[in-house]
Amino acid sequence: MALTNDHIKQRLIEKFGDQVSGFYEPWGMLTFEAPKALNLKVLNFLFDDKELKFRFLTSLCAVHFPDLPGKELAVVYHLHNLVDNVRIRFKVFTDIRTPDIYTATGLFSAANWLERETYDYYGVNFVGHPNLKRILNVEEMDYFPMRKEFPLEDQSRIDKDDEMFGR
Amino acid sequence: MGAKMARPVAYNLVDKKLEPDISMGEMPEGHQGEGFFATKLNHVIGLARKNSIWPLPFATSCCGIEFMATMGSHYDLGRFGAERVGFSPRQCDLLMVMGTIAKKMGPVLKQVYLQMAEPRWVIAVGACASSGGIFDTYSVLQGIDQVIPVDVYVPGCPPRPEAILDGVIRIQDLIGKESLRRRNGDKYKGLLESYGIQ
Repeated sequence: MALTNDHIKQRLIEKFGDQVSGFYEPWGMLTFEAPKALNLKVLNFLFDDKELKFRFLTSLCAVHFPDLPGKELAVVYHLHNLVDNVRIRFKVFTDIRTPDIYTATGLFSAANWLERETYDYYGVNFVGHPNLKRILNVEEMDYFPMRKEFPLEDQSRIDKDDEMFGR
Repeated sequence: MGAKMARPVAYNLVDKKLEPDISMGEMPEGHQGEGFFATKLNHVIGLARKNSIWPLPFATSCCGIEFMATMGSHYDLGRFGAERVGFSPRQCDLLMVMGTIAKKMGPVLKQVYLQMAEPRWVIAVGACASSGGIFDTYSVLQGIDQVIPVDVYVPGCPPRPEAILDGVIRIQDLIGKESLRRRNGDKYKGLLESYGIQ
């Protein structure tokens, strides 16, 4: 019996009711969201369930949506069931003023560096992370460069201010 | 000539006289007579230094590939006395920075520069090392002259081996003409101090 998206969706709704929402399937990949307080409960359920067995965290990242007040930051988990070869995508949203989200490091060792990267670029504060510090950028950096309010170009540069560079 | 060859090749038809296989450095100005030659110590040391550069390649991306071609038999940096590429900063006197230097790499580059003994020279090869190049972004150092002093900039993205050779020849000019007192002068010390060195 193959593990279908409909079946996963049904199991999630049985367990969490209307707290899981926003189901859709871009290019056949089941995607849904949940309140950020529930993120570990959902991940644990997906991990432990006898049928679902989503035990591999492929990727973890954040997205900044400046136009969604109260839901500016999305943290996205990509999960993989290696037995049935099924992938799903799970999102939680948070307010950018309180970007606190429970860490998934207790469940997935892979989350350690991925959460550090997400903190590095978006400033998501993973509560309970054992070593939450910058991983890719210089430690002196005092902002989160992938947030949309920061221009891509290096602002410390003064010689590119003419009309040729649009500064 | 072509007719005599078993398989004539089109580009081998013109007889070209062999160049003398050893080229000599130009003699510095001075006084000479029978059995003696007198000149400034400056000139002699400059002549020796500029024809025996030990380059330290600090290659991080595509300019480094061009440098490999420059060191290869076709372009052959060895013709300029820079045959011996050292991979220890302690023994080298020309730091060749080739490629994008990320901000996180900045302190590493500075450490390598500090480990080199005086006199030392720096050449920034390519747009990235000179100015950050196309990588005008939060993570890339906008030119290595933000962390260490640079003597010669080679433009290009990446520069051809000829351009790198030209840069080395310009470095040779600088080395040959450099005053022996320059590294003790206030101007040079001020330059290093502006980079927080010493």
